[in-house]
Amino acid sequence: MTIEAEAGCPSGLEPAARGGQVQDPAPFVTRAGDRNALDLLVRGAKCGGCLAKIEKGVGALPGVEVARLNLSNGRMRVEWSGALKAKQVVETVAGLGYSAAAFDPGDADKERLKAERKLLTAMAVAGFGAANIMLLSVSVWAGGADMGPETRQLMHWIAGLIATPVVAFSGRPFFESAYASIKARRLNMDMPITLAVVLAIGMSFYETLKNGPHAYFDAACTLIFFLLIGRFLDARLRRRAYAAANALAAMQTSTATRLAEGGKAEAVRAADIRPGDRLMLAAGEQCPVDALVISPESEWDMRLVTGEVTPVAMREGGTVHAGAVNLLGPVEIKTIARAQDSLMADIARMLEAGEQKKSAYRRIADKASEIYVPTVHIVALLAFVGWLVAGAGLERAVFTAVTVLIITCPCALALAAPVVQVVAAGRLFRDHVYLSSGDALERIAAIDHVVFDKTGTLTLGDPVLTPGLNTETQIELAARLARGSRHPFSRALVRAAGAGVLADQIEEHPGSGVTGLIDGVPARLGKADFVGVDDAGSGSSLWFRRGDEAPVCFRFSDVTRPEAADTVAQLKLMGVSSEVLSGDSEERVALAARAVGVDRWTSQASPRTKAERLDQLEREGRKVLMVGDGLNDAGALAKAHASIAPGGAVDVSRLAADCVFSGDSIGSVVRIVRIARKARALMLENFGFSALYNLVAVPIALAGWATPMVAAIAMSGSSLIVTLNALRLSGRLAGGGGTTADRRGA
Amino acid sequence: MNVLIFMIPVALALGGLGLIAFIWALKSGQFDDPDGAAERILIDEDRPAP
Repeated sequence: MTIEAEAGCPSGLEPAARGGQVQDPAPFVTRAGDRNALDLLVRGAKCGGCLAKIEKGVGALPGVEVARLNLSNGRMRVEWSGALKAKQVVETVAGLGYSAAAFDPGDADKERLKAERKLLTAMAVAGFGAANIMLLSVSVWAGGADMGPETRQLMHWIAGLIATPVVAFSGRPFFESAYASIKARRLNMDMPITLAVVLAIGMSFYETLKNGPHAYFDAACTLIFFLLIGRFLDARLRRRAYAAANALAAMQTSTATRLAEGGKAEAVRAADIRPGDRLMLAAGEQCPVDALVISPESEWDMRLVTGEVTPVAMREGGTVHAGAVNLLGPVEIKTIARAQDSLMADIARMLEAGEQKKSAYRRIADKASEIYVPTVHIVALLAFVGWLVAGAGLERAVFTAVTVLIITCPCALALAAPVVQVVAAGRLFRDHVYLSSGDALERIAAIDHVVFDKTGTLTLGDPVLTPGLNTETQIELAARLARGSRHPFSRALVRAAGAGVLADQIEEHPGSGVTGLIDGVPARLGKADFVGVDDAGSGSSLWFRRGDEAPVCFRFSDVTRPEAADTVAQLKLMGVSSEVLSGDSEERVALAARAVGVDRWTSQASPRTKAERLDQLEREGRKVLMVGDGLNDAGALAKAHASIAPGGAVDVSRLAADCVFSGDSIGSVVRIVRIARKARALMLENFGFSALYNLVAVPIALAGWATPMVAAIAMSGSSLIVTLNALRLSGRLAGGGGTTADRRGA
Repeated sequence: MNVLIFMIPVALALGGLGLIAFIWALKSGQFDDPDGAAERILIDEDRPAP
């Protein structure tokens, strides 16, 4: 058994993952006796070849008994006994060219799966009942006058005997919800559903007993079947969005090194870190929580926290926030509770305010049901009173009122929004865009103004050496020093120079620069005053000096994403204006904004200013879409009418956003808005159609012409039309569909 | 019409069989990994043919 030497997907559907740092998954291992189990999330597995490669590679490790990868959701379960280290498992997968991270499936996920399974089982039972009763009902309708009343009564009895247990079992989700709504003294959509189903069954048994011609057993079952389809799709969508968000989180942070009493280091989950813990952060590691620096001084990349590109030097006692990256040697930090610190407390308050505002948002479907529920009950009551007054008997009046309830039952209405949402979310899901809430699409569809964060959103985040200012020799020499540093400008210099040699005796001076020996001559690379130059200019430069030669300046710029200008232009065509709101310096923000064609920007914005700007826009009556990834954007993301965060955003921002896209392209924003608008249009069409259906069907029922056959045709027909209309969204939309590789997306 | 005495139970039993088969498939995890199941059939086992 050999493992292919080449890394990544053998079908070339996905490029091999470059081996980043492998986190120690030990805290995620669960033990039962001498058997260890670990759940992993594997990225990049796309085909059968990947499956075989990964399972064989891990299976060949000593002691591994189970190694099974689920290709549909990228989860892998590994079970082993013996001395094998969990880290080896992850390293094996990473060595094959796939990124892997340990994760905790959690109870919430299992609960959701259980609820979804329950709905699916209920749907299957309802489908069975509906099909079989329809078989009997169709023969009754087809038999007409030729069928003897005894045979008809037999058919009705059998139908009733099937319908009763089926409805009792499958209708539970509706009955329970209706009961809960009565207890809360608020009517929801499930109330008329429950009433219609129970009355239909009761009335049909009465008809059967007195050998009448009309039984609505089939209507009761079909109704529940159609409604359960909508419920099931909704539940599945929510669970998948939730799982995708979890997967993104697992790929970000997972474990940290905690220093226990006596200085012993142990790996712990990020979730298990408590305030007061001492952590050790290696160079290049991201800080998982808010903390105080204990020792020594280091430089921190605060890009995700403040949006500023230039790293910040932090001495003992300084505060670093979750998302900051340690650039120099190992640093010891002590975690603090969030509320202790003013920035976090501010953000927490803004998040709360945003949450309240969003929970106050009413979905289109809610608005529809608020009109619908009382209307239906009043119409049914009017039918009852009307027929009674007109001189018909009590029996006839009840009968008509119940048929009104059955025929107006909100099949089409209940399917109108969920089906569109499922189709739209499915489309976005394939493009690696994950919605976090059901009403996100509706809110995104309404926006007319976009506020972009600069660093990491409009720009790549990594600075690039401004070309044409330096000779190749200069770059090559400076790069020898830069190779020993993790400072973003140094990395940019190295990228410009390519691979090469390293200077001798490299030493980093936090907050200043790097020193070393180049061919025996001492050299310095760093800030202007560090190399002895008097320059009060911008912070986006590095100075280099070898021996007594004249100092050389390297300038860096934060390059905008290639598709950013196009995104802004396309949004403009769609009637959406843009602006930039960033925590970075005026000069850099202005440069980036002009480069992408935005003429309105605010620089050096604190989280509070960002949120205030959003409030101001809201007062002007704009519906704002916020796009950002940093901690300083979290408050704004929560406050905005709708918000989108890239997958690389810090946890707080990702959770605050309505929608997360993974992948590098900011062009996703245009796609998301376009699909959201299309989805809203289809939803409105569907509600319009449902209203039209009721306008036609209700008079028929009021007149007493709604026989069981008419009810069956009307209900199935309207549900089918609404569903087909929603499916139009899955067809080709401007901008093309996903590629083959996307098809099996995460 | 006596044939109905047979036919209705037969139809119901067949339908019920389908329902039970579906619920069994759901419970035993047949729908857990549809993509993987489609690909697994193509993976060569390294065992020599008997």
